[in-house]
Amino acid sequence: MHGFEGGKHLTSFKGLTKDKPITPLPVPKQVVIPLSQHTGAICEVLVKEGDKVKTGTKIGQSPSFVSSCIHSSISGVVSEISDYSHPVLGLCKSIIIDSDGNDEHIALLTKRAQAESLSRDELLGIIKESGIVGLGGAAFPAQVKLNPPKPVDTLIINGVECEPYLTCDFRLMLEGTTGILNGIRLIQKMAKARQVFIGIEDDKPEAIKAMRNKIAALSLDMEVVSLPAKYPQGAEKQLIKAIVNREVPPAGLPFDIGVVVSNVGTALAIYEAVYFKKPLYERIVTVTGPLLKNPANLKVRLGTRFHELIEFCQPRTEQVAKIIMGGPMMGLAQFSDDVPVIKGTSGILLLPQDKNDKEKEQPCIRCGRCVDVCPMRMLPYIFSLFGQSKRYESAAEYNPADCMECGICTYVCPSKRRILEYIRLIKVVLK
Amino acid sequence: MNPDNKNTLNLTSSPHIRSPETVSRIMWSVFFCLLPAGIISIYVFGLSTLWIIITAILAAVLTEYGCCIVQKKKITISDGSAVLTGLLLAYNLPPQSPLWMAFLGSFIAVLFGKALFGGLGFNIFNPALIGRVFLMASFPTLMTRWPAPFTVDAVIAPTPLAVFKDGFEGTNLFLDAEIIHYSYRDLFLGFRGGCIAEASILALLLGAAYLIYKRYISWHIPLSYIASVGIFAWVFSGTGLFKGDFILHILSGGLVLGAFYMATDYVTGPITKKGQLIFGVGCGVITSVIRLWGGYPEGVSYSILLMNTLTPLIDRFVLPRRFGQESKK
Repeated sequence: MHGFEGGKHLTSFKGLTKDKPITPLPVPKQVVIPLSQHTGAICEVLVKEGDKVKTGTKIGQSPSFVSSCIHSSISGVVSEISDYSHPVLGLCKSIIIDSDGNDEHIALLTKRAQAESLSRDELLGIIKESGIVGLGGAAFPAQVKLNPPKPVDTLIINGVECEPYLTCDFRLMLEGTTGILNGIRLIQKMAKARQVFIGIEDDKPEAIKAMRNKIAALSLDMEVVSLPAKYPQGAEKQLIKAIVNREVPPAGLPFDIGVVVSNVGTALAIYEAVYFKKPLYERIVTVTGPLLKNPANLKVRLGTRFHELIEFCQPRTEQVAKIIMGGPMMGLAQFSDDVPVIKGTSGILLLPQDKNDKEKEQPCIRCGRCVDVCPMRMLPYIFSLFGQSKRYESAAEYNPADCMECGICTYVCPSKRRILEYIRLIKVVLK
Repeated sequence: MNPDNKNTLNLTSSPHIRSPETVSRIMWSVFFCLLPAGIISIYVFGLSTLWIIITAILAAVLTEYGCCIVQKKKITISDGSAVLTGLLLAYNLPPQSPLWMAFLGSFIAVLFGKALFGGLGFNIFNPALIGRVFLMASFPTLMTRWPAPFTVDAVIAPTPLAVFKDGFEGTNLFLDAEIIHYSYRDLFLGFRGGCIAEASILALLLGAAYLIYKRYISWHIPLSYIASVGIFAWVFSGTGLFKGDFILHILSGGLVLGAFYMATDYVTGPITKKGQLIFGVGCGVITSVIRLWGGYPEGVSYSILLMNTLTPLIDRFVLPRRFGQESKK
């Protein structure tokens, strides 16, 4: 364990849901499946209004290399294909399906007999057809990531979950340990990695123990690395640095230094796709926040609207100021609760009014806290100063593109400056 | 949930949570960490010290208020920076200074040291030190009248550094404990002549330890500053090379106050840790040069102000190694 520079230990708030077992949300009466739920090209529609579909029927795909196909998450009838609210894009063409109440699957979950003997190319084909993407949040198509253009020697599995409040990966590591480990073996085969590390933060000792015990029981050649809890350890570049002490070059990708990183949820999805022919039509979502009576870890069909999850968890008041998709550090504030769960929805967080949202920012006092915590060794305060005075060109030489927008600079700023907003602005202007 | 949510949801961008730290919390923490030294000073030099402190703080706050009104800005008194400037200015005055001088010093500190640059965050020089050097230049006699400890009337007692300096210029009397009157213990506890808060090193260190523990200041500037003064004194301040009394130099004058509470000012010092080390060593060297060979017995104020001017340069060229980029070997 090498650690990474910068970062900060945050209050986790995970106690709200860490002991809540994964609960299936009842199958919704209607789902909204956006044609873009991933990094890459938007899907083309494979069905038309009035078509009957089953749970798991492929309803969209794209010929582009970087894309991921989508599937129906319930059985029923395609009622409409039109633009609909989207948690990331704002608006996206979506396939709306009315349930027939039967939840009839394309193939009942039958074990794929020859799963162990599948070739690498067959595996890559299966995860492509199953619409698997990285479930940590970025939703990058798995068949592209696991087929790197350069040789890779190390596979790192991300079980860090450093965002406060989120516990979906934690629960998966406890409840789906065997599936995750089998999925990791498949990933290792596809990525052709020699060594495998599983990174978990030391504030989740139960998960570390569960994974270590199962690895020993199955006598697998993998190492669980316990990492001191510190945000943003789950960021790809920081996790690699912390475990194998290699630095991804600026504008580079992990395979440039021989590493592939994948998330525990993705490993489980790959396991289910390969062993049980199950396409990616559901995921675990942590629904949490101080405003909910029953925060929970829910197994949710993709396309279920946010308000159905929120109602299931019984909001205490109507005083919800923010609905966030993801965690509080990097999540996206939603303009409505009428948006569908997509492949990258790791959590739904409800927050009350926060005075910081409206407070005016004060001048930078150059305290250096942002510089000390920046995991990319940048000088965040520079961007807030240049951004404020609109000297975007001057900011260019400080490499704004290196920023992966973890937000820790803005979190620690005692002057409550919106440093990350300035960095985003500068990136857009300089593009 | 009600459909009105569509209009009322807050859409600010991430991060959605903030640390509870604020500028005023930092300033007030430093303020309270400085209080023990002031209390000891009142004990050693008498109640007049208390009135000086109160006057200086009052003047700083009033000046801040006036500047905010004239500049049509939000009143920024509550951020604590003016109060802190006033306190630090007072700590840099001789005990039993006239109250008008404390008032004037604070006025100059806040007006010329801070407000005219645009307020907190934009000033180049440490405001309290601007006030102090203004008074030093204008009222040199008043600024160097040191009452002896535990006396009510102004018996003039020498400060250790002044004695040291005169001795150095003249005969071989320097560094004789009988001439200086003070033991290391007296120096450490604060029973000696000097500015108000040059008094108790122990009290200053206790406050500084808390600030470092809470990460309000880092050790980089104080340590490199004090260490370089110590080394410099050890090498050059004795009868021959490597014979100097570095403990005397470290415990004397405003070094501890300056190193922990003035050189560490966020606004006027470098932002990277590497830059802070350079800053500290620079302060140490200039302080030593002034103490040993300059016209003044003490050089802490000038060294910090001189290094303040170098801060933008240090920040421009001392940059962290870019993530993922090979270090130049």
